[in-house]
Amino acid sequence: MNGWKKAGRGARVKLVATLEEQESTVLRGLVGEVVQMLDGREASSPADELAELTGIRTGPSTRPDDRVLARLLPDFTMEDADLAAGLRSLHEPALIEAKRGAATTVLAGLPTGGGRIELSVEQADDWLAALNDVRLALGTALDVSEETPENFPEDDPRAPHLGVYHWLTFVQDSLVQARSQLL
Amino acid sequence: MSAPLSSPATRVDPAVDSDSVEETSGDTPWQAIVWNDPVNLMSYVTYVLQKVFHYPEPKATALMLDVHHKGKAAVSSGDKDKVEGDVAKLHAAGLWATMQRT
Repeated sequence: MNGWKKAGRGARVKLVATLEEQESTVLRGLVGEVVQMLDGREASSPADELAELTGIRTGPSTRPDDRVLARLLPDFTMEDADLAAGLRSLHEPALIEAKRGAATTVLAGLPTGGGRIELSVEQADDWLAALNDVRLALGTALDVSEETPENFPEDDPRAPHLGVYHWLTFVQDSLVQARSQLL
Repeated sequence: MSAPLSSPATRVDPAVDSDSVEETSGDTPWQAIVWNDPVNLMSYVTYVLQKVFHYPEPKATALMLDVHHKGKAAVSSGDKDKVEGDVAKLHAAGLWATMQRT
């Protein structure tokens, strides 16, 4: 993967990149993991009778215990616990839906065995959001901070994961640069 | 990078004690706050602020730099429903955002 480039112009403009087979496989696995986590969160609060009747979905009012999920699904406010609970319940189903939608765009567009990817502007926005979710998940699990080194020592079990994280950073940043030119 | 703009939207107010303003009128301004985060890219935060709020690039960059250097920035304000919607959009983009009373 050498980064994203703009191809074509006007309404037909595309953002284009080529993924190696291994890169495609890694990305599919990571995006799939995030979807599974979101699905698990959703399954922990099944729709009740009232929601079935009204069509208005409400989610759980408490923050996820899992810190990765807690980062993907943040509180709406810090100053009022009741308000935070109410807003989470109100907005979390749609937030999960949005994140799963973005992830689905990526999963549908990833070429099995690697290859060329062409994204519309709308698809690029889904990719940006999904890449960001994967980086948030991996970054939280790795305790990434401003002081995180470029590499962990070779014998550190986190070393290969940090390599993947930095690769995702490159993929996302490159797509941001290409997409920003089309604003 | 260039100096931050000094517009009302970039002002960061201290948190107001929410209990003292429990029953406020519907037009009480709220703010959406974006918090610094070690994962989110500076380029991506700027892009999201341009996309969600249609801010020109210099303003989006200035707000992003406020987040980066000061730890947070107020990126929008308005009534509760509007700011709630803004925070929902920022969450969908993966930014760490909250809302608070001004």
